[in-house]
Amino acid sequence: MNKRVARIGIYVFLFSAALFFLLPLYVMLVTSLKSMDEIRAGSIFALPLAATLEPWRQAWSEVCTGAACEGVRAGFWNSVAITVPSTILPILLGAVNGYALSFWRPRGASLLFGLLMAGAFIPVQVMIYPLVRLLAAMGVFGSLPAIVLVHLIFGMPVMTMLFRNYYAGVPHELFQAARIDGGGFWRIFAQVMLPMSAPIIVVAAIMQVTGVWNDYILGLVFAGRDNLPMTVQLNNVINTTTGTRLYNVNMAATILTALVPLAIYFLSGRWFVRGIAAGAVKG
Amino acid sequence: MSNVHLRKLCITLGGNQVIRDLDLEVKEGEFLVLLGPSGCGKSTLLHSIAGLIDTSAGAIEIGGKDMSGIDPSERGIGMVFQSYALYPTMTVEKNMSFGLRIAGLPKAEIARRVGRAASMLHLQELLQRKPGQLSGGQRQRVAIGRALVREASVFLFDEPLSNLDAKLRAELRRELKLLHQALRSTMIYVTHDQVEAMTLATRIVVMRAGEVQQVGTPSDVYERPANMFVAGFLGAPAMNFVSGELDAQGRFGAGPLALQLDAARAGAQRAAVLGVRPEHIRIEAGAALAGTVALVEPMGNHQIVWIACGEHLLSSIVQDTRSFAPGAPLAFAIDAQRVSLFDPDSGRAL
Repeated sequence: MNKRVARIGIYVFLFSAALFFLLPLYVMLVTSLKSMDEIRAGSIFALPLAATLEPWRQAWSEVCTGAACEGVRAGFWNSVAITVPSTILPILLGAVNGYALSFWRPRGASLLFGLLMAGAFIPVQVMIYPLVRLLAAMGVFGSLPAIVLVHLIFGMPVMTMLFRNYYAGVPHELFQAARIDGGGFWRIFAQVMLPMSAPIIVVAAIMQVTGVWNDYILGLVFAGRDNLPMTVQLNNVINTTTGTRLYNVNMAATILTALVPLAIYFLSGRWFVRGIAAGAVKG
Repeated sequence: MSNVHLRKLCITLGGNQVIRDLDLEVKEGEFLVLLGPSGCGKSTLLHSIAGLIDTSAGAIEIGGKDMSGIDPSERGIGMVFQSYALYPTMTVEKNMSFGLRIAGLPKAEIARRVGRAASMLHLQELLQRKPGQLSGGQRQRVAIGRALVREASVFLFDEPLSNLDAKLRAELRRELKLLHQALRSTMIYVTHDQVEAMTLATRIVVMRAGEVQQVGTPSDVYERPANMFVAGFLGAPAMNFVSGELDAQGRFGAGPLALQLDAARAGAQRAAVLGVRPEHIRIEAGAALAGTVALVEPMGNHQIVWIACGEHLLSSIVQDTRSFAPGAPLAFAIDAQRVSLFDPDSGRAL
């Protein structure tokens, strides 16, 4: 009997916690489906009386994101253009780093890794100004390569750690067998280690895609006017000071922006948790 | 086929000298077993021959050529690991041919070699499977096959049977011996299992704490151990040790246990440790020594009887089915021709 009461208690708590976290999403969803008249008239919790997709259409292709009024569409494609290389490159480089640190153990490997990890704990904001100067001196500031390079740099500690820890679990004898078979640095990486890294590549991709997609400050500073990511454009949509606030359009634009990470969370929750665990255990 | 020659070899790992001034000659076509407890440096030695560990001093020669600074793949060796170390994403066929493909051998030659190894190891049916779909025994066969296709002159085995269950281990042990008889190549085999060492080796190297204790044929090492460590390490149950006195007439005494040894053993009076194998103690009525039955362990085809004699406890292997009651008195004899004598301080054979 006691056990049952405890169980009911747990469920009550879980449901109320879920409700608490889902409520904002619910409000966003219903508001985005209402017309402005209906929003002004009713409660924010009420279901739409005459549901309309018009705000979504406006958010996607008509709303003003600063001077241009073409919706968040352009921002979406900018974000895709930033995220794809900013996911593939850090994963490849992190995998090579982790592989080299785990198997080839260069002189001072642990010191190198320690320094890299220390980099992960320095706030991004501290490094922005030096990076701006550096990229300006290189002549790439405010461009797609600049923002990809910045994501590559900031992704490196975590990507390296993920792969290093993953390869630490691979028997060293496998590497030795490949050495005896005549494999060199790149061949063992490409033909033996990388093909067996699928689980950790998925984890790394999830972390990197969500991280890059959700980034605001780096995109704002480094991407340049033509490549502003969706998060920056969303901010422009919502912070326009002229005219009435189009709550329904704002909500729709916000959901559109959050859609990619949201989809990744839903489709790969199991993997995502595993990635967090992989980063948490072992140093 | 080649011989392997180690000269004054030193290996330092993480600041510790694991192997010091080790000399060893492995003859061409020999099955040499490195035997010792874990941590004795036998695996380290094997890895250094493979070129997977750097040596700090001394030389390794394979087939008369100095191997210092030569890549593992260029040493003419094939190696089999304890954990099999198969490439998990490749099929059995790709696993075996990986090294040959790297070496850039023609396709026909690769197919010939893989086919030959597969038929020797009964792997033809499994060529398209991945390691995850194989049993432990099959995996180790593939690992052996991967070493075979290299057609190396020296094969190195690092405890290849340790991860298998007892039945499979015995089966693969026989296969390895047959393989050696068929190939006649030089094989160096690391194990801590004395049965593997005794059954496979043409010569055994017993190691302890980085030093060679004794090198010899299995019967040499078993019958004439160089010291108490070797004597105690080989044989199950272990050799019985009895501390006592040896007098000038070659008579050994330790309380109630007295034994007249060969005249050749006679010398000055001194303290000594007598070593007796359990199979060299006979329990028979009217024998000279008296004791009581302490414990009986039936082993199916034989039984081990533990005899209490004064303060000593001796194990004896009895091949028949006589029954012994614990506490009952018995008479026993020790085969004086086949005992060993050791110095109690150094542990060396006298």
